[in-house]
Amino acid sequence: MSVQDKIFRIISAITRQGIVILATVLSLFPVYFMTVSSFKTKAEYIANKWGFPSSLSTKNFVTALAGEKFFIRFANSTILTVGAVAISLVIACFAAYAFARMDFAGKRTLFNLILSLMVIPPVVMIVPLFIAMVRWGMVNTYHGTILIYTGLLLPFSIYLMTNFFQTIPKEIIDAAYIDGCSNFGVFAQILVPLSTPAIITLVVVNALWVWNELLIALIFMQRDELKTLMVGIAAMRSRNYVDIPATMAGLLIATIPIVVVYMFGQRYFIRGLIGGAVK
Amino acid sequence: MHYKKYEPWLYLAPALVALVLVFGYPIVRLVILSLQRTSGGVVIFAGLTNYRSLFKDDVFIMAIRNNLSLLICVPIMVVVALILAVFLFEKMRGWQFYRTTLFLPYLLPITVVGLIFSYIFQLSGVLNDFLKFIGLDILALDWLGSTKLALPTLMFVIIWKEVGFGIVLFLARLMSVEEELFDAAKIDGANWWQLQWYITVPQLSTVIEFFSVVSVITMLSWVFNYVYVMTGGGPGNSTMVTELYVYLSGFRYNQMNIASAVSVLLLFFTGIFIFLELRLRERVGVPEAAS
Repeated sequence: MSVQDKIFRIISAITRQGIVILATVLSLFPVYFMTVSSFKTKAEYIANKWGFPSSLSTKNFVTALAGEKFFIRFANSTILTVGAVAISLVIACFAAYAFARMDFAGKRTLFNLILSLMVIPPVVMIVPLFIAMVRWGMVNTYHGTILIYTGLLLPFSIYLMTNFFQTIPKEIIDAAYIDGCSNFGVFAQILVPLSTPAIITLVVVNALWVWNELLIALIFMQRDELKTLMVGIAAMRSRNYVDIPATMAGLLIATIPIVVVYMFGQRYFIRGLIGGAVK
Repeated sequence: MHYKKYEPWLYLAPALVALVLVFGYPIVRLVILSLQRTSGGVVIFAGLTNYRSLFKDDVFIMAIRNNLSLLICVPIMVVVALILAVFLFEKMRGWQFYRTTLFLPYLLPITVVGLIFSYIFQLSGVLNDFLKFIGLDILALDWLGSTKLALPTLMFVIIWKEVGFGIVLFLARLMSVEEELFDAAKIDGANWWQLQWYITVPQLSTVIEFFSVVSVITMLSWVFNYVYVMTGGGPGNSTMVTELYVYLSGFRYNQMNIASAVSVLLLFFTGIFIFLELRLRERVGVPEAAS
């Protein structure tokens, strides 16, 4: 290899590494900025925006947790997330069982129809849903909002579980029938336990979605004591007084559950995301 | 057959009930609402009046224009994701670490990210402080406060957040390409650019199409959170988008019928892309993560 080639190789390697490092710095900067700011005093933030804080004061966290009804909002987000994820999981597994393991008239059409619902933006449904929910007395209730989230989560959940149920070998199921298993027995004792990886994927993806959702929460949980964390956060921007470091501390606390869920389920999350792409 | 004819429907019933309540009924009702009008407390049939008045509303036209402008993000996202995925694929040192960090923005709530970015882009924010620090005072602009810059700034944040999905998607697909394909091309004397153009891009074509269609749907109908948190549609409606228009007309100005008409239009136009996405999904087999 000539010297020229070698130099060219080194330069191109440095360029590539440089571009990736730049992209990484850009990706991480907002998180870094949020973290360092949340430890600064207001005066320090104004004087020194991107540097490290001079001391690790936890005062901002106390302010954040005291104001904004933080714990109530946190609890509301948790109730909605747990409720919607659990209910949609059970319902989706039942439906996926029918799609993956049974035959019935119009199966293909129905499945495609449900798939197409996956990308319908929720904003399209909010006006008629709101009118209906008012009539049914379900605005500003947990169960009303959980119902909406459940419906919105179902198309993706049914899709993922159906695909997974189809990969379970027929022999296992046939053996269970020979052993005298009922249909429900096959479902509850064979299919569901064997689908743990897919179920974890689904729980992680869906939990992040509900936790991060803003529009539905904004409209259907309007009463102050029912507002979710994201709605509370969105409202921080328009406040008259702005205590940026305390706001950042609040944001940091709101982000921690997501990071925990992601770290716990990263493997499953990426798998769920790209699943069939790797054939 | 281990089951009776009605049994599949028993398993489907809960899902169907929920889907009809949350999707079916609202969509039918939506169309009806969009053709009605309330005058003096009485609901009357109004034909296409709502739609006609929409197209006379400058704010609505502005919203549509902005959604279409956002489409510029799609090719940028594809190119950026492609470049980064290829670099990581070439087994750059620490590629797994980079994959995790480059994917991080996709996970964070838009609400949180939007708020952080609005502090970064403030007139007295960290970006402008930094620009002044390195002597580029002329570039210290009011990123979110000027009618010209607010939309491009918003686009930057949208790209920042959504590009990670593309990277992970492309990288996964690249890893499943037969290595012989790359080896053979190298033996034939292909240089790096030729390798990308003749092997990588064609091999990735279906995932690229898939990512593009998903991103188009995002730009047309999933950007509410960004706008609501960062600009609220302002300054001077310069970042108004159709979703925010639905929200404001329906829930702030109490014009449910107008909001319904916009929703019908939104559903119709995304419907075309939803159809495309379905076709592609069958070919690629990619489940989409809810975003």
